[in-house]
Amino acid sequence: MGERGGDASPIFIQEIWSASAHDIPMHPMPDDAGHAVKRGGPCPKTMDSNKERRTAMQKSMKRYFPIFVLPTLAAFTVAFLYPFIIGIYLSFTEFTTVKDASWVGISNYKKIFMDRNFINALIFTVKFTIVSVVSINTLGFLLAYVLTRGIKGTNLFRTVFFMPNLIGGIVLGYVWQLLLNGILARFGVTLSFSAKYGFWGLVILMNWQLIGYMMIIYIAGLQNVPGEMIEAARIDGATRFQILKQIMIPMVMPSFTICLFLTLTNSFKLFDQNLALTAGGPGRQTSMLALDIYSTFYGRVGWEGVGQAKATVFFLMVAVISLTQLTLTRRKEVEN
Amino acid sequence: MKLKKLAVLTLAAAMAAGTLVGCASNKKTETTGAEQKTEAAETTTAKAGDTAEAKGQIYYLNFKPEVADIWVELAGKYTEETGVPMKVQTAAAGTYEQTLKSEVAKKEPPTLFQINGPIGYKSWAKYCKDLKDSAIYSHLVDKDMAVKDGDGVYGIPYVVEGYGIIYNDAIMKKYFALDGAKAKSMEEINNFASLKAVAEDMQARKADLGIEGVFASTSFAPGEDWRWQTHLANLPVYYEYKDDNVSDKDVLDFKYADNYKNIFDLYINNSCTDPKMVGAKTVEDSMAEFALGKVAMVQNGNWGWGQVSGVDGNTVKEEDVKFLPIYTGVNGEEKQGLCIGTENFFSINSQAKEEDQQASLDFLEWLFTSNTGKDYVTNKLGFIAPFDTFAANEKPTDPLAKEIDRYMNNKDLYSVSWNFTSFPSQTFKDNFGASLLEYAQGGKDWKAVVDEMKADWANEKAMTK
Repeated sequence: MGERGGDASPIFIQEIWSASAHDIPMHPMPDDAGHAVKRGGPCPKTMDSNKERRTAMQKSMKRYFPIFVLPTLAAFTVAFLYPFIIGIYLSFTEFTTVKDASWVGISNYKKIFMDRNFINALIFTVKFTIVSVVSINTLGFLLAYVLTRGIKGTNLFRTVFFMPNLIGGIVLGYVWQLLLNGILARFGVTLSFSAKYGFWGLVILMNWQLIGYMMIIYIAGLQNVPGEMIEAARIDGATRFQILKQIMIPMVMPSFTICLFLTLTNSFKLFDQNLALTAGGPGRQTSMLALDIYSTFYGRVGWEGVGQAKATVFFLMVAVISLTQLTLTRRKEVEN
Repeated sequence: MKLKKLAVLTLAAAMAAGTLVGCASNKKTETTGAEQKTEAAETTTAKAGDTAEAKGQIYYLNFKPEVADIWVELAGKYTEETGVPMKVQTAAAGTYEQTLKSEVAKKEPPTLFQINGPIGYKSWAKYCKDLKDSAIYSHLVDKDMAVKDGDGVYGIPYVVEGYGIIYNDAIMKKYFALDGAKAKSMEEINNFASLKAVAEDMQARKADLGIEGVFASTSFAPGEDWRWQTHLANLPVYYEYKDDNVSDKDVLDFKYADNYKNIFDLYINNSCTDPKMVGAKTVEDSMAEFALGKVAMVQNGNWGWGQVSGVDGNTVKEEDVKFLPIYTGVNGEEKQGLCIGTENFFSINSQAKEEDQQASLDFLEWLFTSNTGKDYVTNKLGFIAPFDTFAANEKPTDPLAKEIDRYMNNKDLYSVSWNFTSFPSQTFKDNFGASLLEYAQGGKDWKAVVDEMKADWANEKAMTK
């Protein structure tokens, strides 16, 4: 529940930074890590010694692979897998604490749809996700496009635009709450005056935080477009817009996949900023799904199991949405 | 190249140092007063190590963060006197339920904790020990105050608190001295009509009185609306229960809704804050406004004394801080006093080890009968304890506690009991609070608020059967 916006695997980030810093065209897909194709490097040594080196490396990898994976795997099991499985079990029970659960079957799941707060939170979350995904990706891509044209101060701009991503969710929420309340005070209202203010406040906050991060990914993707293709297109008489539409966007599709995935899941799972900015706003009107699950757990006696059931349903929703999105956009990717 | 290497090494070292700093400060700020708690626990366990098994041990999960350090001190004193190890941990404000839920599931759960009344009891029934034969129950002055289920007693109230309208006598006297004042002394304000006349007149002449408004802000920031959706809502519910002679209802008629509207409108329209801006105000803001002399009245309880006296630049004198009953326009309210009751009940964990349960019971007995215990309760924790072991002169001395005592002992007035412990659920209270906020901001009419409140009450009662 509730990750900081912009968390992705460390390997991935390292690739992006090195890609944009050194302009080495690397395919920004996690499963392709380690298989970068270097262009124009020093002359490779003889074929035989390379082959020897590769098999020796593969042998030692196979031998030491478990030892290196074990610590992370253990942490993952304890901190994620175990609570997750227990959670699914608990969603079919009524419990006060983890130890005294009593089986009730699917009545918790039926109760979910009796709760109008859940439906409202779902609608709010979907609206928020759609608006955020569209705005963050559009603005992020535009910024990336502008900052790959080679204007003066490009590096400075890239750094500055990325910085908001470094601030944690809760702190960001409270700071923006102060800012927005200060602005709204001039109109004699506060953030909790209307759910609309809370909604747009959250949208502004998420945009401010994530645009820089998506911009970096798009920059890496744009730099991956081979210069020769653009040259060829220009020689053939294509306009700037046609180049953008027919060549750059299809080649940048892998970045679209990643950015779309990240913004989609981060917006859907948003918790920290929601809690800090409005804590659900007037009543529960600006409560998103994660906050609603949290409130259900402590809101009524005997509804802890329902909270757990909501969490399971939430997981299924996010899994289905992100897997669908990944398959759809992967199909559109053009081979480099 | 060398410079680059140096830069890289420095950065790496800075990052590593950063993570270490994070680790150290994390441990310290884990729970309020964790440092002292661990020190106290260490010293107590060190002293009582050998006798631990025979005497059992106590683990108390404290609800009131304002007195966290005092509880730790108290635990140390108890261990010194009896040799029984005692650990105190405090849950941060508003997180008691969450903390209790997670602590109870651990290997060494709290042996002594608190529930907030009949609703809290429903949640924790499996963990509450029956205390009807205990010595501490026999000392309770009003046995009806305890949380009961059938014959058993599962929660013992440990502090009596009261709330009403706290007013600044100095400002009131200034008003009474003005020409054409609607009253000449506080005794004349003994019902809603007179309160309304005085408040509205004071609001109109606030410049002459040097205040920004009569009432402090009606705080409605998220989580700060409990004074309206719980405390103020207690009054109409009390009167309805009294009419029907019950202590709980599955369907509320909200007969006294107009009375609630009377006082609520008075609060929001005669304040230092515009009604549309109340969504950003907290209880702390309201108490500070009172403490700095910007307003003449604020609705809160005797626990609020600490907030008033602790504000920097506090201009309110102790002898000027008094209570006025919350008048709403009910017949016969000239005889109404303050709202006095409790939401804090001690419970012993029935699932803990036998000797730990007994040790906790013994501690409670000691706390409310021994001299050291009573001294702590009265003077350091500032509790008005509802036990017959406290003589008349063993009551807390802060001005608001003295006022509570004065009203409780006034035979001519009746106190309004705390019935909000029977409100259906936290969700109900939150929804009512949200409704009131919309009404205050002008986005909802009163009829809708009333209808929704009634529907929500019935709905929540049904959902938590």
